[in-house]
Amino acid sequence: MTTTPQDLRTDQTPLAPGAPRSGTTFLGLPTAPRGVGHLRGDRSFPDAARDALRDGQLRANLGHATQTIRGKRARVVAELPDWQQLRAAGSALKAATMARLDEHLEELERQVTARGGTVHWARDAAEANRIVTDLVRATGTDEVVKVKSMATQEIGLNEALEAAGIAAHETDLAELIVQLGDDKPSHILVPAIHKNRAEIREIFLRTMPRVDADLTDEPRRLAMAARSHLRERFLRARVAISGANFAVAETGTLAVVESEGNGRMCLTLPETLITVMGIEKLVPTWPDLEVFLQLLPRSSTGERMNPYTSMWAGVTPGDGPQDFHLVLVDNGRTAVLADEVGRQALHCIRCSACLNVCPVYERTGGHAYGSVYPGPIGAVLSPQLTGVEDNASLPYASSLCGACYDVCPVAIDIPSILVHLRAEHVEAQEKPTAESVAFKALARAMSSPRLWRLAQRAAGLGRLLARGRPTMPAALPFPASAWTRSRDLPTPPAESFTAQWAREHGGRS
Amino acid sequence: MSAREEVLGRIRTALGETRAPVPEVVRDYRTTDDRPAAELLDVLVDRLEDYKASVLRCGPDDVAATVTAALDSGLGTGWAPGSVVAAPGLPAAWRPEGLDTDDDRPPVQLAERAASVTAVAVAIAETGTLVLDGTPPCGRRALSLLPDCLVCVVTADQVVGNVPESLGRLDPLRPLTMISGPSATSDIELQRVEGVHGPRTLVVVLVSGAAATIR
Ligand code: SF4
Repeated sequence: MTTTPQDLRTDQTPLAPGAPRSGTTFLGLPTAPRGVGHLRGDRSFPDAARDALRDGQLRANLGHATQTIRGKRARVVAELPDWQQLRAAGSALKAATMARLDEHLEELERQVTARGGTVHWARDAAEANRIVTDLVRATGTDEVVKVKSMATQEIGLNEALEAAGIAAHETDLAELIVQLGDDKPSHILVPAIHKNRAEIREIFLRTMPRVDADLTDEPRRLAMAARSHLRERFLRARVAISGANFAVAETGTLAVVESEGNGRMCLTLPETLITVMGIEKLVPTWPDLEVFLQLLPRSSTGERMNPYTSMWAGVTPGDGPQDFHLVLVDNGRTAVLADEVGRQALHCIRCSACLNVCPVYERTGGHAYGSVYPGPIGAVLSPQLTGVEDNASLPYASSLCGACYDVCPVAIDIPSILVHLRAEHVEAQEKPTAESVAFKALARAMSSPRLWRLAQRAAGLGRLLARGRPTMPAALPFPASAWTRSRDLPTPPAESFTAQWAREHGGRS
Repeated sequence: MSAREEVLGRIRTALGETRAPVPEVVRDYRTTDDRPAAELLDVLVDRLEDYKASVLRCGPDDVAATVTAALDSGLGTGWAPGSVVAAPGLPAAWRPEGLDTDDDRPPVQLAERAASVTAVAVAIAETGTLVLDGTPPCGRRALSLLPDCLVCVVTADQVVGNVPESLGRLDPLRPLTMISGPSATSDIELQRVEGVHGPRTLVVVLVSGAAATIR
């Protein structure tokens, strides 16, 4: 059977709100534990978003950046005549991997071990942090260099190392900006996207010990300042910590995709390399990479290929680290795998294309999501990793416009997972809230044409309240005020589309 | 129970006792590129230059002279041959006089050198990518990383059209480095800056003509 991306979407019909859960969906598998790592914010999305929306500089920086990168991506994607075929193959490959995840992981372990590496397994963030800390301690060093990695951010590795007296130096330029600015990443690919050049210059002048006092805010000068700041650290580092973009089960090959060369420095120069990887990041065979090495760079930085991709299998005598450790982390992933609708979120290759097209992300930025995974993918991944009760507002952080699905290189149907998680959240609530009542009513209305037409006519009443303005007043009576306090609700049109169609074409709606 | 057993057990629970069949993967994307070889070379040059790498083309008898010209363009004329390190397996006929050869010195010592010269394993036209595989002609990974200027010699028979063709020629057990232009960052306002930690200058010598092969 040939699977097109269009089919993929309908293949995975979400459970209707209130439908019984299938027996295989909830098996009580543990989610990511509280109190460690960065999957939960300290505030709900609407609260955090309201502050972000007031920050004009942030919105300007984000708007500029997401618009630029959207344009670049569109240009290089249009260059490939077989983009949709690659996308369908990427999606099918990930689904095939998940269907036999245990077997592929065991094969990966065998191959890495056969080539001189050591494989460690971690049930959750705390265990992964403990394993890495012990490995670093065993080398006798008290500092490590790090390649940007979502997995190590997710588990809060830097904090764990710091608590053990080990300094972790981020080496990716954006991560360095975030670390020196005592800030948090706000984007998967360009974590300092919320900072402009003037703000970055100010951070460098304040925190880099030997920086040139005449440093300008020209991006080239700023990048060179980072180069000299890190150069000596690379040359003296004895231990490096990385993530992995891909692991090939049949060969034990690991791949790191990057731009600056900081990744190569970390993967090549130190004696010891520790790679921390989520258990979902693997592909079964070597030729499978031909799909992802085309999908990822074009979706992510909008380049035909990123400047550097490093691949290695275990240890190579005389070339690179002679001591290699791979740490495989669950941290809630198996709970995601258990959900037949939600498990697609594990197909994510972290390209960040869905962030860049999301109208909600573009206005609020990444911090409002509270988790290291922001934007549309974060809205479906974080609540599943933690259990929806710990990130209950995230499935609502979307307008369900579908732009994220259209750009996703592995065709993850994010809107359907969002609806599925909303239903799950509403169902889990003991006391009815305005939201749960509204969602239940909506579900009922949408399933009956007669009720739906009535509801649309009732919406026409809203026009009276708007008194000719394009949006509804913020001070609507409760419970509608809960919605309009932080959102512009458009005034309902004078006539619904179906009513207009019936009038103009005389047919049935 | 060990963490290994527990994680594997959770996966088995999540997938259920009667497992769904593995979805079929249809590979109807392009796996070959049948454009004529000469056209592929032009595409490669175009893509490399788009990344701000420079390309010098020559015939099989002029490689050493063209490598010299490449070093002139990367370092400025008057560079000291001893400041340039060649990969141990670089063919003798490709080497300008007096170059140093990489050996088993500690890799960090390579950071003091101005430039390095290596061969490649494969080049991908469509993406402008050079792949080094750690064999003696390509050298170990630190060699193409630490000196600030990298000169890579590519022969016409090493150029393939697209990514799938390139993986078919590579050994996944070797340490592989795919290089597409000089190192770069777009982390500041998404403005591309060439040259961060890897070599800031990349010069490619593209050898075509009858006997243009490394083997
Ligand atoms: S969900 Fe898709 S578009 Fe978003 S980051 Fe993951 S792979 Fe990219």
